Amino acid sequence: MAADKVDPIHQFQLHPIIPIHIGGLDLSFTNSGLFMAVVVIVASAFLYFATSNRALIPSRLQSLAEMAYEFIAKMLRDSAGTQGMKFFPLVFSLFMFVLVANLLGLFPYFFTVTSHIIVTFALAILVIGTVIVYGFMKHGFKFLKLFVPHGIPMVLLPLVVAIEIISFLSRPISLSVRLFANMLAGHITLKVFSGFVVSLSAFGFVGVAGAVLPLAMAVALTALEFLVAFLQAYVFAVLTCMYLNDALHPGH
Amino acid sequence: MDVSAAAAIGAGIACLGMGGAGIGLGNIFGSYLAGALRNPSAADGQFGRLIFGFAVTEALGIFSLLIAFLLVFK
Repeated sequence: MAADKVDPIHQFQLHPIIPIHIGGLDLSFTNSGLFMAVVVIVASAFLYFATSNRALIPSRLQSLAEMAYEFIAKMLRDSAGTQGMKFFPLVFSLFMFVLVANLLGLFPYFFTVTSHIIVTFALAILVIGTVIVYGFMKHGFKFLKLFVPHGIPMVLLPLVVAIEIISFLSRPISLSVRLFANMLAGHITLKVFSGFVVSLSAFGFVGVAGAVLPLAMAVALTALEFLVAFLQAYVFAVLTCMYLNDALHPGH
Repeated sequence: MDVSAAAAIGAGIACLGMGGAGIGLGNIFGSYLAGALRNPSAADGQFGRLIFGFAVTEALGIFSLLIAFLLVFK
């Protein structure tokens, strides 16, 4: 049976391309590292070529880059105010990295960088680390007012503070797991439906005719995955903006 | 009980969580449509929030789907 050879998890395996071992540490350059470099190069090249021939009447590439800029700038200004604009480079880089990584991962035989929890967790901990460090730098210990909402009765206060602290600590986990789980589940679903096509077409003519259905489903799912790839980058950026807003204005 | 059989049952139970996400998504889009029909001029301005709510809610269903996948293809 051909279906036994279809392994939906196989696409997420890491392969060392340049093995590097230093003192018992495995620092090999893997396919994940390769595609991370590709993502950075693609995103940088896009913005470089879009802005190298600047004109008052923008070319298609330039208007695409301007749209991306305006999109993130508006999102950041709406949720964190004009003070938040100093974090624009961080949010824009995160958005472009996640977006390009998600979109590149949809091409056949390409590795999806964001389908590994360690990558998304590193991005999330970067965001939360920035929030904590900047919050304490700007407000000192008044930053801890983040955990004490206004107008709560004294009796309820210990409970509410505990809930606020737990919700703050779970942010890096939910931020990273959301992105990683969406990418992983989406790619596995695509592979499962493609596997149905292969296993159905093993049953002769009737099977090939029936395989049209999962094929149509796979095409529809690919379209949905393009939407999800953009949406998850957008959600990651929006949540980053909201968390940065907490660092700028901790008093709810 | 065989471990693989237990994993298959667990995957089936994990998929129940997607029903909750389905209820939530239906609630989001139904409420949006109800609001949009009452005040169509304000509907376009809330589309971004609609999509944001969709993505955040859909992620919770994806979590349970992920558990089911990990149980089936481990």
